Amino acid sequence: MSTNATNAPSTLSEWLVYWRIDLQLLVALACCAALGLFVLYSASGQSSTVVINQSIRLGIGLLGMLLVAQIPPEWFRVAAPWVFGFGVFLLVLVVVLGDTAMGARRWLDLGVVRFQPSELMKLAAPLAVAAYFRDRSLPPNLRDIGVGALLIAVPVLLVADQPDLGTALLIAAAGSFALYFAGLRWRIILLLIIAAAAAAPALWFNMHEYQQERVLTFLNPARDPTGAGYHISQSKIAIGSGGLFGKGWLNGSQAHLNFLPESDTDFVFAVFAEETGLFGVMALLGLYCFIVGRGLYIAMKSQDTFQRLTAGSLSLTFFIYVFVNIGMVAGLLPVVGVPLPLISYGGTSMVILLISFGILMSIHTHRKLLAT
Amino acid sequence: MAADNAIKNHAAERRMFLLRTAVAGAGIAVLVGVLLFRVSYLQVLRHGYYETRSQDNRMRVQVMPPVRGLIYDRNGVILADNLPAYRLEIVPEQVDDLDATLDRLAKLIEIRKADRDRFRERVAKTPRFRGVPIRLNLSQREVARFEVNRGDFAGVEIRAGLTRHYPLGRVAAHLVGYVGGITVQDLGRVDEKRYRGSNHIGKSGVEYSYESRLHGDPGSRVVETNASGRALRELEMNRPTAGESLYLTIDARLQKAAFDALGDQDGAVVAIDPNTGGLLALVSKPSYDPDLFVDGISHVNYKQLITDPHKPLFNRALQGQYPPGSTVKPVMALAGLETDQIEAEKQVWCPGFITLPGSNHRYRDWKRSGHGWVDMLEAIFRSSDVYFYKLGLKLGIDNIHRYGELFGLGARTGVDLPRENSGIMPSRAWKNGTRNQPWYPGETLNTIIGQGFMTTTPLQLAQMTSLIAQRGAGYKPHVLRAWKNPVNGGVSQTEPTALRPIALNDPQHWDVVIKGMEEVIGNPRGTAYHYVGQNLDYTIAGKSGSAQVTKLAQNQAAPDIEDVEHQFRDHALFIAFAPIENPEIAVAVLVEHGGGGSSVAGPVARKVIDAFRSQPPVLQASTGSGR
Repeated sequence: MSTNATNAPSTLSEWLVYWRIDLQLLVALACCAALGLFVLYSASGQSSTVVINQSIRLGIGLLGMLLVAQIPPEWFRVAAPWVFGFGVFLLVLVVVLGDTAMGARRWLDLGVVRFQPSELMKLAAPLAVAAYFRDRSLPPNLRDIGVGALLIAVPVLLVADQPDLGTALLIAAAGSFALYFAGLRWRIILLLIIAAAAAAPALWFNMHEYQQERVLTFLNPARDPTGAGYHISQSKIAIGSGGLFGKGWLNGSQAHLNFLPESDTDFVFAVFAEETGLFGVMALLGLYCFIVGRGLYIAMKSQDTFQRLTAGSLSLTFFIYVFVNIGMVAGLLPVVGVPLPLISYGGTSMVILLISFGILMSIHTHRKLLAT
Repeated sequence: MAADNAIKNHAAERRMFLLRTAVAGAGIAVLVGVLLFRVSYLQVLRHGYYETRSQDNRMRVQVMPPVRGLIYDRNGVILADNLPAYRLEIVPEQVDDLDATLDRLAKLIEIRKADRDRFRERVAKTPRFRGVPIRLNLSQREVARFEVNRGDFAGVEIRAGLTRHYPLGRVAAHLVGYVGGITVQDLGRVDEKRYRGSNHIGKSGVEYSYESRLHGDPGSRVVETNASGRALRELEMNRPTAGESLYLTIDARLQKAAFDALGDQDGAVVAIDPNTGGLLALVSKPSYDPDLFVDGISHVNYKQLITDPHKPLFNRALQGQYPPGSTVKPVMALAGLETDQIEAEKQVWCPGFITLPGSNHRYRDWKRSGHGWVDMLEAIFRSSDVYFYKLGLKLGIDNIHRYGELFGLGARTGVDLPRENSGIMPSRAWKNGTRNQPWYPGETLNTIIGQGFMTTTPLQLAQMTSLIAQRGAGYKPHVLRAWKNPVNGGVSQTEPTALRPIALNDPQHWDVVIKGMEEVIGNPRGTAYHYVGQNLDYTIAGKSGSAQVTKLAQNQAAPDIEDVEHQFRDHALFIAFAPIENPEIAVAVLVEHGGGGSSVAGPVARKVIDAFRSQPPVLQASTGSGR
């Protein structure tokens, strides 16, 4: 597969290069995932089943990441339009014959596994935009911006229709970051932000009732003190009672007394904050920032437009996960179903996330070879 | 690598990208700052506050159910009331051994097996820190006995609440309806959030149709409780909003009078104010005690109600569909006049039966010997069947159907009460649609005297009577007269909905028909003269009807009433309105298997109108705004 196959690795750094591993990224991700397992053990009420399941998923995800890292980035560029097209096809299929779970059509039953095509789009959309702009003159002209916007809008609308507003917004963010790095002019960005603010009322009236509910509850938690507002009040109590140093691992009473709902999935940050306090939160944010920073560094070092846009947008998307989840748990943002990356209990989204880091590693480790 | 693209400037692109990355980095720094600021605010500045919430004190959100709106009659008499009630609740989280606690409780307070089973079911579905009721409606004695021993029962509490009571009981059961426990199906038709903490929901009658107004909106209370679950102090409070109180068009005294007038007979009475369409009374008999349903009817009582052959739960006034018999003759006479098929003065020979060409089937008059020569007036007040048979042959089913429909027959009135039936106003299309058969002429004869396929509800007959009384002008029947806003106490009136007026080619035709109805009661030869027309001090018009339950054999005359078993006797019907010059009340009476319309249903209608006239409503109908 690689040109240096004849040079058998002898030292650690050679071995890492041979296996296309970016050590800094790998260590940071592994630290984060290991931390996640501890938090989950506490948040799930000390359930070893949860920890074992999560470990298996992590294993699969890491393996997938390393496999993806072996693939030359050029392949992603070639594959991007096809994967994108296939993803759109699957999304349309979901609209036509998807399984309905909890009132939303998101799943495609493939007989063996049930699969959420919208997750695939989180990768495919930014890759497709990046692939499109590779050969264009940048900053892009209006026509190219239009094509890029279309590439983002199609999957976003299909996913929003399912309805899955959280995922749709993440796909939109991922695609928009690629556009941003492609050099979308500032005044256009400003214009878009103004337009989005103006379009908010229209969006509101097209939302499903439960989505409107969430926004209203966010604006006024007292409105529904026994339902969604209850989540927010309880998670604020958990975070606030943690103080500077936290109550200590396995000592967070909010989660263990079942006051905090969904404590091992979307609200896991509250448990973490309750048990490790402000210092723990700063450490976790630091770890996340390191991962994002490393991603941006990889983007800066890459020389091909496609790789640059891909690495940049994937890194920023990862940060958006972190920001939206913590913002929501801390009561800054409405409750949307976004997990805390690498820590929340859950499968598909974590595997996709790790695969995106596989792409980053591929970009970084193949770069040196391309440069020589 | 992109050499084909001459305008691609790699160096510039790279510079641009670095700048963009720097800006993104700055953005990230700002957002991380926001998160850190927020978390620091919660964990440092507000730490003390949240710590007290979280440590040994437990914050609990209690839903405060709203007070259900009351239901009054038009004069302010309470039809549905709220009474204080005590219930016993257990917070499972605070009880070590539920079974043992229940056993000990059972020594103080009666706890049946059904109570336990219901309790177990609800415990499984409720968060463990929420109270679950084990007994409702504790007596004062039980409350006292528990209070003395409450120290032994951590996690068990007495809660005060309200329960529904219907002062009129069975007299207005079908009208006011009742509330009952909330089922999964009930939650399907309401906003579930408004019912957290509520125990009751409207199941029938006004309680059902105005559920969303009566219920109100719940409030909530955030309280701090100690380890044994006792509320220590209130942190936050959103008061519940009580439901709206409703004022009905019903007059409770008239309702009672109508209920009593029916006596022990099964049947229905509907009284309506022709000037507004407001129902003055709506009675169905036999009735039931609505209070039985409020806190869950016992199995024995329920079984008794649903197996009773007289079907007490069945609302005959809206759901019962009976052949209207001769009560529709005034409408049919009007159809004859309006379509120029007959003049009022025309004499028709009534020999007691007619036959149709090509058949020897005899269509009989109720009076075997016939009525001799009769004109329209006489045909109405003596209720000649043969006169109308002959008219029917001229009119044809299409005209009959058209005029029946004009008077609201065969269609729901749209009254604001649940589960109304539409009856049947037969037509060619109807028969073709339901039986896939053509219309036969003999069926026209049955239809014009309100027999055969034709059925109506007592409410429809009352509406028809009201339309005749007002000479074609009328309002949609309704029971809601006004409602009171619970917040500012303001009272709003409902506007009566005008029906499409029935415009006649010649308005004098009303006079003929109404005159005929007046003679039914006022003329010594009228069918109801002896039963209704005695000692009158007001003008009244009416019409009797008898609806055949079984078909008579070919040459059989109607047998003597006493010889017929009860369930094969005709249904007795009577419609009336008074006074003729300025109608204030229109009544329809149905007595199931009562026999003669004039002799059995007529006196009931008279009693109802007498009661109305002797006790005019405190609030006259005209106090309603905008009419």
